[in-house]
Amino acid sequence: MPDTAPIRDGDKIRCDACPVMCFIKPGATGACDRYMNDGGDLVRIDPHVILDRAVDRGEPVVQFLERAEDWDGDLVKPGGRFVTAIGAGTTYPDYKPAPFIVSSQIDGVDMVTVVTEGIFSYCGVKVKIDTDRHLGPERSPVRAKGEMIGHVTTGEYGSQMLSLGGVNHLTGGGKKQGRMTCDAILDLCNGKAVELTVDDGATVLVQAGKPPVVNGVLEERMRVGCGSATIGMFAQQWFGKVDEVVVIDDHITGVLSEHQAGKVLGVKETGLKMTGRRSTPGRYFEVAHPGTGWGGTAIVDPLSILGPFDPKVAWPGLSMLMISTTGEQHAYYELDAELKPVARDLPAALAESVERVKENCEPALSTVLFMGGAGGSLRAGVTENPVRLTRSVKDALTYVTCGGAPVYVWPGGGITFMVDVTRVPSNAFGYVPTPALVAPIEFTMRLEDYAALGGHLSHLRPLAQVLAGEGGRKLPQLQGNPWPLAPSDSKRSHG
Amino acid sequence: MREPPLIRLLPDGRRVHLHDGPIDLILEAWGQPAAVRAAHRAAAARMNGLLDELCEELAILRAPVGPLSPVPIGLVATRMRAAVLPYAADGFITPMAAVAGAVAEAVLAAMVAAAPLDRAYVNNGGDIALHLAAGESFTTGLIDRPDRPSLIGQALIRAEDGVRGIATSGWHGRSFSLGIADAVTILAREAADADAAATIVANAVDLDHPGIVRVPADSLDPNSDLGARLVTRDVPALTAAEQDRALESGLLRAAGLIAAGRIVAASLHLQGVTRTIGAFAASPLAMIRQETEPVRRMSHA
Repeated sequence: MPDTAPIRDGDKIRCDACPVMCFIKPGATGACDRYMNDGGDLVRIDPHVILDRAVDRGEPVVQFLERAEDWDGDLVKPGGRFVTAIGAGTTYPDYKPAPFIVSSQIDGVDMVTVVTEGIFSYCGVKVKIDTDRHLGPERSPVRAKGEMIGHVTTGEYGSQMLSLGGVNHLTGGGKKQGRMTCDAILDLCNGKAVELTVDDGATVLVQAGKPPVVNGVLEERMRVGCGSATIGMFAQQWFGKVDEVVVIDDHITGVLSEHQAGKVLGVKETGLKMTGRRSTPGRYFEVAHPGTGWGGTAIVDPLSILGPFDPKVAWPGLSMLMISTTGEQHAYYELDAELKPVARDLPAALAESVERVKENCEPALSTVLFMGGAGGSLRAGVTENPVRLTRSVKDALTYVTCGGAPVYVWPGGGITFMVDVTRVPSNAFGYVPTPALVAPIEFTMRLEDYAALGGHLSHLRPLAQVLAGEGGRKLPQLQGNPWPLAPSDSKRSHG
Repeated sequence: MREPPLIRLLPDGRRVHLHDGPIDLILEAWGQPAAVRAAHRAAAARMNGLLDELCEELAILRAPVGPLSPVPIGLVATRMRAAVLPYAADGFITPMAAVAGAVAEAVLAAMVAAAPLDRAYVNNGGDIALHLAAGESFTTGLIDRPDRPSLIGQALIRAEDGVRGIATSGWHGRSFSLGIADAVTILAREAADADAAATIVANAVDLDHPGIVRVPADSLDPNSDLGARLVTRDVPALTAAEQDRALESGLLRAAGLIAAGRIVAASLHLQGVTRTIGAFAASPLAMIRQETEPVRRMSHA
């Protein structure tokens, strides 16, 4: 995925794959003939993708030259090509051998990669949206173009979670629902933006690897921590510069003077009175209703969560900072003679700490994991004895990839895997009108292990033969993905 | 996201493929094994940053060249400008007309400087820079339609012929042409000179004909240095007399370039008719009529 949205000029897209930076018209290719403007999307034209394992792919050529002294003249290690399942096609019925069963030598061991595009009736996406804004109550239906395609599931750290697709929405909810579900999850998997609405909640524009847009507002930052954690992290920086700090958070709102962190520093009591339910000292639950205002609450005016200051404790001139967990909203007050907070300009000494809170927030993103189950008949294309493939995957003898990208195989029965869609080459996902998604899947194992699990040995084709075949397009391995034929010699995959 | 350059040895174990954006080089070197390896390394090193350097001056390189036009700083860019400058007085030309040849030359120069080589070539999508030590020669195949390559002739290039650059231009190719030639192949002293001349001669193979489809270059590619100039998109079947007229026009231009010492020889192809001009001292361009076997090595498109 590109780091940022491509620059456009009318219907032209600026390609940033190389410094030529071509503006490409719809339907046309850039100067390289490799990148195309496909209806507004910049795509690499690769009908059947064969990953190229270039030397130290992703590192500058300079590095490669630094150790050029012991270079043997080979620019690429043998075994530098991996055939992905993208564009490989699929077989029906499934007991026919998969379209490509490829053998290649890697580090002296014969490796077999079984390549197929699986039809996944059992599949969906899990979407993590980095925002504190309330998108809707848990269990609320999530809709695309009016059709229910999933629901809001349990929240996670700094994020709202959506669970979309799945067999019940794809096949169990009527024709239209199935089609809309298929369209939406396909677009999400292929990196397109999809508008989702949550019943009794927000409208959110979701695109894998991009910041979410909630009710038309771009979410830039993920919270630095919950309100209480924020007090803990910044108490020292606030101490001596302001008398009281309230960090507003839908989950746990923090109050400096009452919080353990404030006590340790010797912060004086201020007589502040909070609404909500006190959990432990300085930590408040349910100070307001959830919403899209301050810190994921419905708060527009932060003073609305304060009761009157205790006249026995508070004093005129007492200073107070109120801030959200992203630092995006903040206000500064001083008490007047009647102990009423009056808004004032933020002093320079505090402005610094507000900036610090913002600086410590990670960029907010929507991330999309495709989840599919290959436990069914798809395995028959790999072996005559399907359950042995499942066992082989569990025993880590067989390495599963999705378009060459690493996957997490869920423990338990079947081969249910998850993959970050941004690590799969672009436009790798397709659909069939069933409706179901078509996703690439490759099983890589040692030749002897393949024979042991009843593989279709008579259909093995050497790598060179596949490479020489029709229509194969080569694509460099995506940066950060371990090499599928040698997953262990790469850095540990993140996740 | 900027893709890093691709460097790899092709499966034959001899040829190296270097690719960065629109630059696609196939190169090969002959000599002692250690020298060949050193040449490969030097080529890869030269490739590093080459495209970035060119792109920094892309605006200058896409602008028409004239006595008052801005002068680029980069070595390759300077070479491009020098190669097209002789044509500036005759009309519109930009340094981009020599980009492929100049890049091939630069990479070849790095290889030759790194190690003693018997022979070497750098083929940049049909624009080829050659290195020949004394006594060495290359046999090159000629094709007329880059979109469906078939060998129509070959040329023997010997060290003493003074040819170190080959380039081909035509309206089927990746670059646009103002003319109607299927292909014009130029042999010249250096690749950048051949590249610029191929563009000029291919543009000159032309005639007025209502059936020829021409469209503004920028309607096809908004980045084209040709702007709104009309480029050829389709040529109907021409009569023998029309083919002759168009080829004569190109031959006249090529003859002028040979007389001026800018090129050594040219081979012009239009709808199956081939005309050749210029000769080497000892080896005239040997033309072979239409063969079906596709060119596998050293073909240039």
